[in-house]
Amino acid sequence: MGLLSGFTRERRTAASWGALFTVVLAVAIVFGSRNLRHFDAALVGYTFSVLFATFGIVYRYSMWLQRPPTRLYWKRGWQVFFRRGYVGANAVNWVKRLTQDFALNQFIRHRGTLRWAAHFFIMWGCILAFAITFPLVFGWIHFESMDADPTWYAVMFFGFKVGAFPTESILGFLTFHGLVWASFLVIIGIAFALRRRARDHSAAALQQFGEDFLPLILLFAISVTGLMLTASYTWMKGYAYDFLAILHAITVIFTLLWLPFGKFFHIFQRPAQLGVSFYKDVGQSEGMAKCARCDAEYASQLHVDDLIGVERELGYRYDIETSKTDHYQRICPACRRKVVALAQGKLWAGEMSPMDVSRG
Amino acid sequence: MPVPESMEMFVDPNRCIGCQSCVQACSECDTHKGVSMIHLEYVDRPHSVQTVPVVCMHCDSPTCAEVCPADAIKKSDDGVVQTARKPRCIACNNCVIACPFGVPKMQVEFQLMMKCDLCYDRSSVGLKPMCASVCPSGALHYGTREEIEKLRPRSKPVSEFRFGNQTITTKVNMMVPREAPQMSIDVTDSMFDEAVGRGEPTNLLDDMLGEE
Repeated sequence: MGLLSGFTRERRTAASWGALFTVVLAVAIVFGSRNLRHFDAALVGYTFSVLFATFGIVYRYSMWLQRPPTRLYWKRGWQVFFRRGYVGANAVNWVKRLTQDFALNQFIRHRGTLRWAAHFFIMWGCILAFAITFPLVFGWIHFESMDADPTWYAVMFFGFKVGAFPTESILGFLTFHGLVWASFLVIIGIAFALRRRARDHSAAALQQFGEDFLPLILLFAISVTGLMLTASYTWMKGYAYDFLAILHAITVIFTLLWLPFGKFFHIFQRPAQLGVSFYKDVGQSEGMAKCARCDAEYASQLHVDDLIGVERELGYRYDIETSKTDHYQRICPACRRKVVALAQGKLWAGEMSPMDVSRG
Repeated sequence: MPVPESMEMFVDPNRCIGCQSCVQACSECDTHKGVSMIHLEYVDRPHSVQTVPVVCMHCDSPTCAEVCPADAIKKSDDGVVQTARKPRCIACNNCVIACPFGVPKMQVEFQLMMKCDLCYDRSSVGLKPMCASVCPSGALHYGTREEIEKLRPRSKPVSEFRFGNQTITTKVNMMVPREAPQMSIDVTDSMFDEAVGRGEPTNLLDDMLGEE
């Protein structure tokens, strides 16, 4: 009974979305691997951990979207992106921001070069590794020797041939060692990150093991055990390969299971930054709010009105009964800083002379 | 390490002399190095030289954190409301325009909200925040309640503020007259009033404008 009573409407909604996405992915795995014909049974552990991670990520994402401010800005982001008269400009800005902010991490570079280098290498290493691993694990991509020439490999995607290359070629070497290159990128990034975390006083004051070090340890473990597998079959005649394969699987599976809970979840939250940028663009071009006290423009009218709604939904009561404004949200941040001092000064003025005040 | 419970921040805008020491010292702090988190505002510049240093009041129920769509603003167990978490902040500006004290700053080029965090690298190891360590007039004081009672016998700290129908309690205190009956500061009550001392004969600007 206690367990059921804790299962609120929000949790039921989140669990439903999680289950739906998990089922869709499972169907896509069966379909993409042609009824599991191309599914590698040795990778079944990875597949199930991805399915679990999918449920967890969608569950948490759905819970997150049900917070009043998140729900509103999620909705507004889509509304303003497709608003008549803005779609063209939004599409251009979308490409620009996707390149600058997401592909190049420009905003992180402004925060610090070392921080940027760490994030840039780790991010691209992970993207490369994910792009290789997931389609292979799901059986969506596999390679076949070509009947006409067995020294050539055909690339099969969802069972369809999409390309071919000679196995003994530079392209073949680069392709088959894709995860090695990904490991190098990740390890370089981790080295930068650890250097910053070891030397930066700010990081020293705020960093936490679970939030800041565990992700680095996990990525390092995946990369190193993956490289050890390559070293084992390339130079050591497969020495300890079975043990290393299990060790590597453990590190990957643990990371996948942990995806919804820790710092890696920002991968899924971060795209909201795009929606917010369109919200700001459209809001500003549709009219600015003026401070009820100093008459200065300080935010878009859309933003101020939305924020009042969010605050009321959260239970805040910043409503004011004056002839000049109905809500404290209509006062700009600069005036807010001043009115606190004004109110405090009034208390002193009522008590003492200016000389007394200075001796307070 | 958490900030010791006995150590508190006491703000008294009446004592501020506008020297900007706090502004400069703030940017020396390691948690936000190079960027000052203090706002030093003139309360009513055309008529008065009174300034106010604005630091984060570290609300018990921080509006900035509640309205954050990215869930990026966290309060640590010792009651310090931290700068937005860098991986999460989506630079929406909600916190900047929602904070009742007007504290958070949006660093547009970083795509990050930054705010006073009580110099967490210092206060969490028992040191004073940078601003309080340099303030020459005591407008920003960091210490124990016993200390402030000895230093300011005519003042008392309050940590409750009213904004219309909303009451906000804070970790940081503001000094008010000891004899004042109020246990809270009603911020919006006198929001549209003139500043204290405005219109007195010493106001040269008004005199000059009046003669024209």
